[in-house]
Order: sequence, then structure tokens, then C-alpha cells
Amino acid sequence: MKQYANVITAYAIMIGLIILVGIFQSWNVALSILNFCLISAVMTMGANIQWGYAGLINFGIMGYTALGGLAAVLVSVPPVREAWQVGGLNMILCLGIIVLIVFAVRYVLKNFPKSNKRNIGIGSIILVGLIILRLVSEPAIESIEAVNPATTGFLGGLGLPIVFSWIVGAFFAGGLAYIIGKVALGLRADYLAIATLLISEIVIAVIKHEDWLARGVKNVIGLKRPVPYEVNLQSEPWFIDLVGKWNHGALDLISTTAEKKSALAQLVIESSSVFVKLCYSGLFLIVVVILLIITQKALYSPWGRMMRAIRDNEEAANAMGKNVVKQHLLIFILGSAIVGIAGAMMVTHDGLFTPGSYRPMRYTFLIWVMVIVGGSGNNFGAILGGFAVWFLWIEAAPIALFLINLFTAGFADTNVFKLHLINSVPYFRFLMMGIGLLLIMRYRPKGILPEKINIK
Amino acid sequence: MDFLNAIVLLLNYIFVPALAYGSQLALGAIFVTLIYGILRFANFASGDMMSFGTMVAVLFTWYFQSLGISLGVLPTALLAIPFAVVFMILYMLTVDKFVFSYYRIKKSPPVQLAMVSIGVMFVTQAIVRIIIGPFDRRFFDGEKFIMKANEFKEMTGLNEGLTIKSTQVLTIFVTITIVSILFWFLNKTKTGKSMRAYSDNEDLALLSGIDPKRVVMITWMIAGILATIGGVLYGLDKSFKPFTYFNNMLPIFAAAIVGGIGNPFGAFLGGYVIAFSEIFITYAYKKFFMYVLPESMEPNSLIQLLSTDYKFAVSFSILVIVLLFRPSGIFKGKVL
Repeated sequence: MKQYANVITAYAIMIGLIILVGIFQSWNVALSILNFCLISAVMTMGANIQWGYAGLINFGIMGYTALGGLAAVLVSVPPVREAWQVGGLNMILCLGIIVLIVFAVRYVLKNFPKSNKRNIGIGSIILVGLIILRLVSEPAIESIEAVNPATTGFLGGLGLPIVFSWIVGAFFAGGLAYIIGKVALGLRADYLAIATLLISEIVIAVIKHEDWLARGVKNVIGLKRPVPYEVNLQSEPWFIDLVGKWNHGALDLISTTAEKKSALAQLVIESSSVFVKLCYSGLFLIVVVILLIITQKALYSPWGRMMRAIRDNEEAANAMGKNVVKQHLLIFILGSAIVGIAGAMMVTHDGLFTPGSYRPMRYTFLIWVMVIVGGSGNNFGAILGGFAVWFLWIEAAPIALFLINLFTAGFADTNVFKLHLINSVPYFRFLMMGIGLLLIMRYRPKGILPEKINIK
Repeated sequence: MDFLNAIVLLLNYIFVPALAYGSQLALGAIFVTLIYGILRFANFASGDMMSFGTMVAVLFTWYFQSLGISLGVLPTALLAIPFAVVFMILYMLTVDKFVFSYYRIKKSPPVQLAMVSIGVMFVTQAIVRIIIGPFDRRFFDGEKFIMKANEFKEMTGLNEGLTIKSTQVLTIFVTITIVSILFWFLNKTKTGKSMRAYSDNEDLALLSGIDPKRVVMITWMIAGILATIGGVLYGLDKSFKPFTYFNNMLPIFAAAIVGGIGNPFGAFLGGYVIAFSEIFITYAYKKFFMYVLPESMEPNSLIQLLSTDYKFAVSFSILVIVLLFRPSGIFKGKVL
């Protein structure tokens, strides 16, 4: 028990902070912070598997998150029949051509000796393939995008429940990770970082500009929810009953029935959104707990031991007969897949997919700050990092405002300097993140909850 | 005549803009490559450091403009550059003293330094946004064009105009001057040679009596000059917006790696490689073919290899291809 004391204290403080937000700001805010904390926790677990277990730098987190979000769209949106009719066949043909190109390249790679001729051959196969692809897809894309462009203009999805997308998102992200891993994993750490960062930008560029896929920057809104809608809840008798029972102490104080009724109606409206958020929290918590159990088991398994051996001394592990390249690829895929789940969860929570909002600061570097601050190599640390950093990220503006008012209390309210500072409050979160990261890296390089391996 | 028109068209839309953009990238890429070669880490804060230097220059420009000082046809920002450079170097040296030097002395792995540079990136970005805000700022003044399209048409009697902006000429001129001075410094002076020696083999350099502190300080000073000038030139040509500068870090990294990281000359050429390929591949050649081909063969599509939306994707694809086939870059740099 004693060895877990600091873990328990850290989490208790975190939960306490969220409850304080609930009391002083509103439960709505507190729960949305909690939900995003849980999503961030899934992302940090993914990044932690790659960095903490295996020492692989992956700055492409944004790309996997976006792919997860894309999965949510492709799974849950009902198919647009008209678009399929005008361009579906051509798009499927395109998919076939891509598969054909890949197999042709593989065939050439396998059956011909390494030479300049082979390189030229591969190059020309890809070039010819791309030209054919362009010719086939261009009219199809045009006609698909012309189908009712204000609301659809894309192929749509499968029309399945959105929760399935969490798994599909994992597969999407894992698939991308497989390709990237095959290409880039041989590079040394800082090269890998830059390469993954650039590839994630390409992924975002594709999602942003291929309108036939997910409407691009026109955004997809109104995705189906796995939880009830507020409006429906407000008319459900059992829910009104529940709210009445929950608040009966306060309601009993009101004497007239008319006032009581209106107070109850107000309460129902407020609690409906809290209830919806609670449902999300429950769903997310299930995912976090399942992933935590799996990752903890993996960490203490022979496989986890092997990963640590590879991380700490690649040559030695290699000499012991461990296939470093294969294991690196495996862990790269696993970690990315977990990030993909988080991406799908996030789009599910928001109910909309906005490719324009994916920026590396928020989706790559912030996640890295979470992992480093929380404690790389320790799952509890990584999750705590996700919670703490997201909490600070949201609450940075009020904190900064408070500090600014404190330090400039001597100035008049119309002071130019003070007004300027107050106007730039939103940017203090970057400052806090940066300073927090620098301080942790300097004085507690292993994070708040450092990696602790106790061999049983 | 048609042939001449086609050439002018390419000059106007591809060659001149790419040369200017390439120069801006080249300065940034040399900055990245110097830090990588001598201080041995990938500096993820480089884009934001450039935006810091540019911000100071913008502030000084505004100050000079309010005083009524101007350079006539040249932009006032040129006058502000020396002051901005001083501030930039001071900022870099402060950051180095309080952040990077600790890890350098401890001989931390480069990955850790790269992580630390992300912290610096966050802080720098915050400082820039708090001081000047996240918005688009234009600070260009003076004469905008050296040659307008109409003037060129009248002069030559061609259908196609050639526009040359003064910022483009300025960019190319300043870049070539700065880079030649830099190469002279690195190759001919004793300090420059000591820097190269330090980059090549740290232990051997220390043994031969090279003072590491001095090398590091001079590296940051050169880096400050390059970052500020590169940033100001980019800002003059387009406009100053902190987020664009952060994004520019990516093609700059691509240029540095394509040229062979740690090799300043490679980085210089890498900037142009990236800029030219970005513009070559995303340009719509329809008009060009209309001039070159006979009327019966005129194309009816845009003849564009990739849409301009994928501008960034081009530089990254080049980077990936180079990494796969020549990990040390086109001009041999350090093999990572």
C-alpha cells in the first residue's frame, strides 16, 4: 500500500480539483473537463507505450487523432446514395488501382535484384499508376462533390452506431502506423520525430482537401450519439422523476406548486446536460480502465520486459536474439492504434468533425507535455499527466487573469499595459505549459510519477 | 513570340517567387543546421525564434515610422534589423544559459534536448503572442514594385507581364550577401574554423584548446542573425503572423535535412530545392502549354500535378524520399 501512496495522493488531488471546479464554476464545466481529461489519458497511454516502453519518438499524434476522427465520420454517417451512384464505382476502382500498384511494386521488389533499373521501374509503375488514378478519380470526385454540396457532397459512411468507430479508428491509425513504421522506423530518434511530424501534416492536408471523403474543411456536423439527447431526456418521465427525487430537499422548500413546477423544469434542463456528460464519462472511463489493465499487464509481462531491454540497450537486446525492428514496428502500431481510439472518442464526444481544428500544438506537442510531465514509462503517471495538463490548459486563462489582476492591482483599470495583458490572457496557457515542461525536465526528469518497476 | 511568352510566364509565376521563397527557407535552414551541427540537437523552437526576432523588428519598424524615420524607397524594416538582431541574440543567449547549457554540460542525449526545445517553443510562442498578438501584421513600406506587369508588357510588347516585387529582389540580394559572408567566416577565419572543428569532433577540438563556451556563444550569435533576417525577409514578402512562422519550421527542417543536416552549404541549396519543387509541382501549366503547343493540341484541364493545397505535402514527400535513399542528405551531412 505504501508504495502506492504517492499515486493515490496525486489522483486524489486531481479529482479534488475537478470537484472544486464543479462547486465553484459549474458541474457542466467540471464534467467536460473530466471527459477531455479521460480522452487525453487515452492519448497519453498511446504515446507512453511508444516513448515510455520502447523509447520511440512519435510526433505524429495529430495524424492518428485525425484518422480516428475520420473513422467516426465514416462509420456513423448514413451513406449518401446519390453520391455512390454517380461516383461510387470509380472510387472503388481507384481503391483497386492503389492495391494493384502496391502489389506490382512488391512484386518488382521481390523478384528483381537491387539495381538502378529496378528503381526506375518502380518509379515508373508508381507514376503510371498515379496518372491512371487521376484520370479515373477526377470526374468521379467532381460529380460526388456536386451532389447537394451544402449538406453532403461526400460519399457518406456506413450508418452504423458510432461506438464501432472506436475500433475502426484504432485500425485506421494502426494501418497508417504500419506504413510509417515500415518507412521511417530505421531512422535515429530526432529524424524519426521530424519525419512523423511531417507525415502527420500530410495526413491532415489530405483530410482537409479531399472533400469527397469527409467534406474537408466544410466539416461534418450532427454525428449520431451513443448517449441520449438532452431534448429527449427533458420529456422522459423517469428522468423528471429522478431529478425531482435528487433535488427534493431543495424543492420542498418552495411552497406554491406553480413555482415548484417551474423550478423543477429549470432543474431538468440543467441536469439533462450534466446527465449526458456523465454518460460520456462512463463510456470513456470504461475505455480507460480496459486500456489501463491491458497496458499494465503488458508492462509486467515477458514482452514488457523485452521492450524495456530494447529501449535501454538495443544492441544487447539484439544480441540476445530479440528482433528489434519487428518489436519496434509492433509497438509503433499498438501505440498509434490507441491514439486512434482517442481520436474517435473525441469526435464522438463533440458530435462534429472539423479537420481545420487539427493543429500540432494542441494534438501533438501538448500530448507530449502530458507524457513527460506525468511520467513516461508509468501508465498511472501518463494518465495523471493527461489529467493535470488538460486541467491546467483549460483553467490557465482564469488563473492567469487572477494573477494579472493581482500583480497589476496598483494600476488603474484603463491602464494600457494592464488592458493589453488582460486581452492576451488566452496565450498564457502556452507560457504555463512551456515553463511547466522545462521545470519538470530540469528538476524531475522522470515526471511526477516516475517509472517504477517492481519485479514480482 | 509564343515561346518567349511561355518563358516569361514561367519566370513570373515560378522562377522569381521560388527564388525569393527559397532564399527565406535557406536562411532558416542554415540556422537549423548550425544548431544541429554544433550544439547537436534538433531545435523545434526555430520557427518561433524566427517569429520572435521578426516581432522585435516589427515593433522597431512601427517605432521608427512613428518618429517619421524612413529609408525612402527601401522598407524601414531594414533599419530595424540590427536592433532586432541584438534582441534576438540576447534572448537566445538567455535561453541557452537557463535551459540548454544544463543539458549540454550533462551531455544528455539529443532527444532530451529536442524535448527541452519544445518547452522553449511553447514559451517563445506565448511571449510573441502576448506581446504582439496572434494576428496578421503588415510592416512593409517603401516602393512595392521594381517592375510592374504593365510596364514590362509595354517595354517588350509581349502578352505576358513580368512582375518583380522589391521585396523579392531585396530577399535574394540580402540572402546572397549574408550567406557569402557566413561561408567566408566559416572557411577562412580562425573562429569559423574552430566552429567547424567543434562540429566535426568535439573531443579533439577541446584537446586542441578550443574554448567550447566561445564556440557556443558565437553559434547562437550567428543563429540570431540568420533567424532574424530570415524572419524579417519572409514577413516583408508575405506578412508577419506567428502561426505561419511556426508552420514554416516544417519546410525549413525539410530543407536542412534534404541538404544534409549539419552542412550549411547543403542547407542553403536545400532551401531552393524545397521551394522550387513546391512551386513546380503545384503550378497549373495550362497557360504554358497554350503558348507552347499548337492550337489543335491545347489542353482543356489545368495540367496541375497536385493542387496548391498540398504545397506542404510536396516538401515532406521529397524529405521522405531523400531519407529513404540518401539518409545523409543530397550533400553529405552527418548520418543520423
